[in-house]
Amino acid sequence: MRAFLKLTRVEIKLFFREPYGAFFTLAFPLMLLFLFGAIYGNEPSPYFGGYGTVDVSVPAYTAMIIGTSGLLTLTITMAVYREFGILRRLRATPLRPQTILSAQVVVIFLMTLLGMALLVLAGKLVYHLRFDGNPLSVAAAFVLGSLSFFALGFVLAGLMPTARTAQVVGMVIFYPMIFLSGSAIPLEVMPEGVRSFARFLPLTHVVTLLRGLWIGEAWSQHTTEVIVLLALLVVGVLVSIKTFRWE
Amino acid sequence: MNQVVQVEKLRKTYGATVAVDEVSFEVREGEIFGMVGPNGAGKTTTIECVEGLRRPERGTVRVLGLDPTRQERALRPLLGVQLQQANLPEHLKVWEALDLYASFYPHPVDWKGLIEQLGLAEKRDAAFHKLSGGQKQRLFIALALVNDPQLVFLDELTTGLDPQARHAIWDLMRDVRQRGKTIVLTTHFMEEAERLCDRVAILDHGRIVALDTPANLIQGLGIESRIVFSVEGGRTPEGLADLPSVTRVENLGDRIVVYGRTNGQNGHAPLVAEVVNALTSRGVRFDDLRTEQPSLEDVFLTLTGQAMRD
Ligand SMILES: Nc1ncnc2c1ncn2[C@@H]1O[C@H](COP(=O)(O)OP(=O)(O)O)[C@@H](O)[C@H]1O
Ligand SMILES: [Mg+2]
Repeated sequence: MRAFLKLTRVEIKLFFREPYGAFFTLAFPLMLLFLFGAIYGNEPSPYFGGYGTVDVSVPAYTAMIIGTSGLLTLTITMAVYREFGILRRLRATPLRPQTILSAQVVVIFLMTLLGMALLVLAGKLVYHLRFDGNPLSVAAAFVLGSLSFFALGFVLAGLMPTARTAQVVGMVIFYPMIFLSGSAIPLEVMPEGVRSFARFLPLTHVVTLLRGLWIGEAWSQHTTEVIVLLALLVVGVLVSIKTFRWE
Repeated sequence: MNQVVQVEKLRKTYGATVAVDEVSFEVREGEIFGMVGPNGAGKTTTIECVEGLRRPERGTVRVLGLDPTRQERALRPLLGVQLQQANLPEHLKVWEALDLYASFYPHPVDWKGLIEQLGLAEKRDAAFHKLSGGQKQRLFIALALVNDPQLVFLDELTTGLDPQARHAIWDLMRDVRQRGKTIVLTTHFMEEAERLCDRVAILDHGRIVALDTPANLIQGLGIESRIVFSVEGGRTPEGLADLPSVTRVENLGDRIVVYGRTNGQNGHAPLVAEVVNALTSRGVRFDDLRTEQPSLEDVFLTLTGQAMRD
């Protein structure tokens, strides 16, 4: 337990020393919020069923952070740790692999949560963010979405031969996905073609679930999302166990 | 004497490459045991099979009485390991690395002392990627000692170190042995093996070609010492070949090489004394005289027919 806590603390420090990861998880979503907030404000709009741009953006950007954490940060970290022999050195200690991996998951989860907290805080303070859901439901959806995407990240890291390919593949999946899933730009403003394609992107389901629960919709309206994300989580964990390599 | 490592008929292949075959040896408690050999000889493969990081294809390995692949959990806390190939996260600082690795073990040593001993005090707050190759190497040695291990494995221990740092590491290793620990190391520096190790296994092409104390290895093969000097005119002085310790004399143009076998044993004067006496009594003026003791380098050459090259 002491080792786990120490490792977690160290990994948090390392996260903040890596400007790239910290920027996309913490700063970039805030910048988007302020950018679109400045353009559109947060007036209730018929486009968003009576909610404002900021009201729908906070849960959507939260989904974007989840995508960043799983597909970029976690994938790249794990692939680098493996390729450069960082895992190899850890393997020669009494640490169990579960401890190493769960420290990674806990740290990236905390950073994702911090990213969301900053969005909520900024939304509340600057734009009178509306929240009509049940905090516990949103928290549960946040955990589900995060874990599903972290599992996806481990799968990518496990399947890619080098850190460089993991990074490129992570980006190639991530960047189109944030624009086509409604996480960076609401699907409401997208053409019909994009909207029907979006259903095949896992991140869309995180966006839909979080946005729905945010405005007080019931879980029963979101069974598809829950099933997709649960399936992603289970398959992801199984595949990443199969494909895990120390070196 | 207690045997802390026992290896019997170890074999490991990678595809068609036989990296290690028929390797058997044991390591005794409290000794510094070295594996030497050129690159590709199979040193890393052997030491990592013993550490439990690679799975042997055949053969048995026992470390402190345990099977390193099946009883890894029980073994890990007792071992200190420095790998030939490893890294730490770029932005991890020296002190954080030691503090972190210390937390993985039940009875770590005070890592502040290790930082001093390894000459890293000035680099305490430096990030890993800012360290030079030698500093990284010393940090990994510190990490291998941070748990106060009973048995320490060091793969290419002084690669990348300058001569001064190398001597400091040798002293540190003798210190570790002094405290009753056992050390298993690999090196491709014959001199390092000769000066540091109590016993040495010489590996070549995945097999052990000789195993003994450095002194026994050198004496056992009856390799000659050499006296090298130059004389005016370059003519070989007469009568040198008849001296009791001398086996033969070579003239390499401007240099004379006298080969001989004794170092003052068997009632003879040491080779160098005999040669110098003979030269002075004959009034031969010589210059640049030096003696070359046989080394492990010569042993390797004699055993394998090839020179050890870095
Ligand atoms: N992971 C590996 N995959 C394939 N071949 C390897 C691997 N590790 C070592 N070898 C091969 O096995 C042989 C022994 O290598 P190694 O044990 O690293 O020797 P040394 O440490 O003495 O330089 C070499 O021919 C090397 O190319
Ligand atoms: Mg090696």
